[in-house]
Amino acid sequence: MHLYNLTLQPPTAITQAIVGNFSGVRQQEIITSHGTRLELLRPDPQTGKVATILSTDVFGSIRSLAAFRLTGGTKDYAIVGSDSGRIIILDYDPKTSSFVKLHQETFGKSGARRIVPGQYLAVDPKGRSVMISAMEKSKLVYILNRDAAANLTISSPLEAHKNGAIIHHIVGLDVGFENPTFAALEVDYTESDQDPTGEAFKNAEKMLTYYELDLGLNHVVRKWSEPTDRRANLLLQVPGGQLASSDRFDGPSGVLVCCEDHIIYRHMDAPQHRVPIPRRKHPLDNRDRGMLIVSAVMHKMKGAFFFLVQNEDGDLFKVTIEHEDEEVKSLKIKYFDTVPVASSLCILKSGFLFVASEFSNHYFYQFQKLGDDDEEPEFSSTSYRSFGMADPTAPLPNEYFRPRPLENLALADELESLDPILDSKVLNILPNSDTPQIFAACGRGSRSSLRTLRHGLEVEESVSSDLPGIPNAVWTTKKREDDAYDSYIILSFVNGTLVLSIGETIEEVQDTGFLSSARTLAVQQIGTDALLQVHPEGIRHVLANGHVTEWKSPSGKTIVNATTNKRQVVVALSSAELVYFELDLEGQLNEYQDRKAMGSTVLALSIAEVPEGRQRTPFLAVGCEDQTVRVISLDPESTLETISLQALTAPPSSICIAEMLDASINKSQPTLFVNIGLQNGVLLRTVLDPTNGQLTDTRTRFLGTRPVKLIRVQIQRNPAILALSSRSWLNYTHQNLMYFTPLIFESFDFAWSFSAELSPEGLIGITGSTLRIFQIPKLGTQLKQDSIPLSYTPRKFIAHGNYFYMVEGDHRVLGEDAGEKKLAELRQQGKKIDQEVIDLPVEVFGRPKAPAGTWGSAIRVIDPVKAETVAYIPLDSNEAAFSLAVVPFLVRGGELHLVVGTAADTTVSPRSCSSGFLRTYKFTDEGRGLELLHKTETDDVPLALLAFQGRLVAGVGKALRIYDIGKKKLLRKVENKTFASPIITLNTQGSRIIVGEMQESVSFVAYKAPENRLLVFADDSQSRWVSAVAMVDYNTVAIGDRFGNIIVNRLDTKESDQVDEDPTGAGILHEKGILMGAPHKTKMVAHFHVGDLITSIHKVAMVAGGREILLYTGLHGTVGILVPFVSKEDVDFISTLEQHLRTEQSSLVGRDQLSWRGYYTPVKAVVDGDLCETFARLPGSKQSAIAGELDRTVGEVLKKLEQLRVTTSGF
Amino acid sequence: MSSELRYTANTQLEHLHARYTGTGHADLTKYDWLTHQHRDTLSSIVGHPTLTAYLAIADGACTGRVKYEMTEKMLQPCGPPPRKDDD
Repeated sequence: MHLYNLTLQPPTAITQAIVGNFSGVRQQEIITSHGTRLELLRPDPQTGKVATILSTDVFGSIRSLAAFRLTGGTKDYAIVGSDSGRIIILDYDPKTSSFVKLHQETFGKSGARRIVPGQYLAVDPKGRSVMISAMEKSKLVYILNRDAAANLTISSPLEAHKNGAIIHHIVGLDVGFENPTFAALEVDYTESDQDPTGEAFKNAEKMLTYYELDLGLNHVVRKWSEPTDRRANLLLQVPGGQLASSDRFDGPSGVLVCCEDHIIYRHMDAPQHRVPIPRRKHPLDNRDRGMLIVSAVMHKMKGAFFFLVQNEDGDLFKVTIEHEDEEVKSLKIKYFDTVPVASSLCILKSGFLFVASEFSNHYFYQFQKLGDDDEEPEFSSTSYRSFGMADPTAPLPNEYFRPRPLENLALADELESLDPILDSKVLNILPNSDTPQIFAACGRGSRSSLRTLRHGLEVEESVSSDLPGIPNAVWTTKKREDDAYDSYIILSFVNGTLVLSIGETIEEVQDTGFLSSARTLAVQQIGTDALLQVHPEGIRHVLANGHVTEWKSPSGKTIVNATTNKRQVVVALSSAELVYFELDLEGQLNEYQDRKAMGSTVLALSIAEVPEGRQRTPFLAVGCEDQTVRVISLDPESTLETISLQALTAPPSSICIAEMLDASINKSQPTLFVNIGLQNGVLLRTVLDPTNGQLTDTRTRFLGTRPVKLIRVQIQRNPAILALSSRSWLNYTHQNLMYFTPLIFESFDFAWSFSAELSPEGLIGITGSTLRIFQIPKLGTQLKQDSIPLSYTPRKFIAHGNYFYMVEGDHRVLGEDAGEKKLAELRQQGKKIDQEVIDLPVEVFGRPKAPAGTWGSAIRVIDPVKAETVAYIPLDSNEAAFSLAVVPFLVRGGELHLVVGTAADTTVSPRSCSSGFLRTYKFTDEGRGLELLHKTETDDVPLALLAFQGRLVAGVGKALRIYDIGKKKLLRKVENKTFASPIITLNTQGSRIIVGEMQESVSFVAYKAPENRLLVFADDSQSRWVSAVAMVDYNTVAIGDRFGNIIVNRLDTKESDQVDEDPTGAGILHEKGILMGAPHKTKMVAHFHVGDLITSIHKVAMVAGGREILLYTGLHGTVGILVPFVSKEDVDFISTLEQHLRTEQSSLVGRDQLSWRGYYTPVKAVVDGDLCETFARLPGSKQSAIAGELDRTVGEVLKKLEQLRVTTSGF
Repeated sequence: MSSELRYTANTQLEHLHARYTGTGHADLTKYDWLTHQHRDTLSSIVGHPTLTAYLAIADGACTGRVKYEMTEKMLQPCGPPPRKDDD
């Protein structure tokens, strides 16, 4: 077995975001790290929308990012700390729209290690140096400068190591132009490691240490080190230094030390200031828990600065420092607004706040005000004794604020994110769909959702209106060449034409010069200000003054087909003749003297747009009934001569020539494509060689069951092609690469571009007798998402019948019922309850937090087709649901029951619960409802359930058991307790059960009915932290593990047969175990590091009639596939290609691709498709060099890659 | 084992141990070994965004909290060291 790994949906979680002028222009951009990818986002300050400019896989894990700018520079660079053991400086090149690696300095081993720097980055605000630090001990300082040619230079590293120090955070101090200084938050463990009494551990101090880089001596010195709060976790830079022009200080310099419940201002030789972090005035809030600042941002404006800090609940606080020169007068904090908890906050100069949420969608807010003059209480360090530092060990009194909806911020844009995907199913249940949908349980807490992912582009309909009849075509046209918007909509019916004018309203007009008594074949704005209508009887040329010149078709012949552009018209007559017209310089349409006989009825015609600065396009493509396409010259020297011919497999139904940019073929110029739609629903795309008119590089795609119609349209000012069959597809260029994506909308009979003031980038289409105007807002996305909101974090779900059954649960959260009960209690005690605060939406503010061991949980029944919840069963008495299965119990005649595994008072670490339960439900109302039959107690948490031969097999803690249904309980029938760690997945086929353990990989278990035995007969020779398992076949399993690997294990067929043939299992029972485990071992046949934690694996066919593949989802929102190769040649070809690309494409973070894909175990039998697909982005010379080595042409290589992707995933 | 370690005297070895924190040696106690293991694991969790997110979801805390608690735990992941026998 050899597999090809391809990412369909790259991770969408943002682990860090930085802001800067990366293009070197005034506009600010955001660079986001998605763990294994870098993305450049460009927010538009006018519209408040965020566009993705560049997205690139780095083949490594990004751990830290920082933006910096050299003194006096205008362009920001990005520094990347990763797991490559290297520091990388990236420059964004706006010309090629790519990141360029300026510097790559190696300092250590690869991998996210304890003492290899890469975890933290801190830059000097003046851009003179950078510190990169590890989790422990190591800190390196690099000096950044520019050379004579103004190129960025980097020095060799200077060490600032401290043995035995655990580093919590580092930050660059703002010291103006004095020596660059960095502050670090460190704890030394050497003493606590030596002290058996534990006294040293108790007294360990967290030190705030300043490291100064002496630029004169080229040396780093420890300048200052003082203990600070033991529970400090984050440092923030406070502006400092003087402006060059005046004597004024920008700020007092120093740092803000964010601690649990407090924020301290700290600087060398300066008094400290401390303020508490205010808490929510929420009656249900757990007041004992500490509150950390998890993300923060400092923003400098002219002459002022402020901080926005965010706590664990998502509340933003504005922190300000009042200062006189370098002396701090007070530190103030006040509530600002509440937004989702962020992994990074970015403030843009244009007045926006980018919130990169740690889970789920990301948000882009606009500042309405800065919270300056509002009623919100402000807490100042001056209101406490000694600025709050009278007794640094004692906490300050709690201060409170009242949470409220957004006041200072307004939502401008939202970026969809699947992160985290916790479970998924791949099924085709939506009506009118021939490809399966992916249902992903996403999100965390009250912002969770079940999302339906469909391959395709989202369509936004703006107008839909019914027409009197059924038109067969629609066009729009401008009146003049230089008009900004279209003026007319022309609808062609079987025996007439309707012209509508576009104004404030759309209404019918008569005096346009168009013939209304016949159907229309083509409409074109021709020349500078004339219009053209082609109808079966002739061609009408409507001049600007209203004068109409008409060319009549020869008697007895009608026009059957026509194609037009700004200067040329070609029509085909019923006699299979072609007539060619060209516009002369006076604006007269002239017929070419000869007509061309084709010998076979013409079914389709197409000419391209007139190229910029030319008189005409030199090629005409003609599709005939004899299943050929001919390219015919329109060049004056060889007018109407046939240049080339291509045979087809079916009669053509439509042809479209378009010039489009595809960087994989030609980076600098658009390529001329001839798209041929066939009557059997197949689309052929060939490249037309502009020099000799030959058709090369044919690619095919099946679009649908109806004959294909092709229409050239404009999408975002670029040419695109709409291909209409039983599904509509859009072929367009995005980020210089060509995409071919279906539209998720009703199928169209015809469509055309539509441009009006309200919808400048629209399209117009007809379906039956309905006219629709629509837009495609999110180009570049492959998956359309529709979501159903959930109450708690989804844990697992199953599909059964027409419904989904889902278990949800959240730790440290007060469930709805428990919350109500507590509120009632409080009311009874006569406490006043602020109803407004209670009623705040939980999606934003979250549920009230509770101590560890408290759970909110529910069972939900969802109708995925209607996208709604049909039943919701909250669990009481602190129970949380973890697993579920639909079981047809044989003793009840196969009656279906839903069994839900729950546990009460569960704690996660250490794993414990007061009691586990198996809740058995009966389906009511055809599956829309559930009725509890009984509850069975278990001794541990049932994490995995599965129907097995008319009974239930359950993984209860470390025990594997089979249960049968009883009157009052489930009855335990057999048990196997040989497992070393909790069972988390179960799969079955025949009498075999595949058991996935939390830490000990996968075991094969045979159930021997005659003896009623569960026997482990094979396991893995390696221990793996299993997170998802799928059976590939009877003897093969695909395993996803917690570290981002996908493994395929296979059991030897002989051993498998031997076990199956043993009726009682006595043979296995007495066989000697190998390596302290089962008597047989599975063999690893494939291994690959994906880089995202695998949460589910499915074996599915993604295209109708396609091969079965493995589809997996990752925690960070990855959706990927593993495709088995069909032939040895393919394997050889693609692996050689991969090998070449490995040397050509060096990772942006300096990680070796092979070692990244073999992070924990060397890659085995898997080709990295993501790397192979970068072939399309390589420069042309390198492409041909690689293709040459492979004995293929560049086109063939690209075609192979596309075929691998399209035939298996449809993407 | 690097070639340096194989051929040079103990003085070099000590230097290398000081340089590469977490490297084991013949007289390593169980406690030291375990502490090293835990610190390596904890720092690896903080260093891998997916692992931090996974723990955060399981525990109902936010990633910032998980990172902080993991880093805090690195100070003494396995409790105080055992008392030495000779005293």
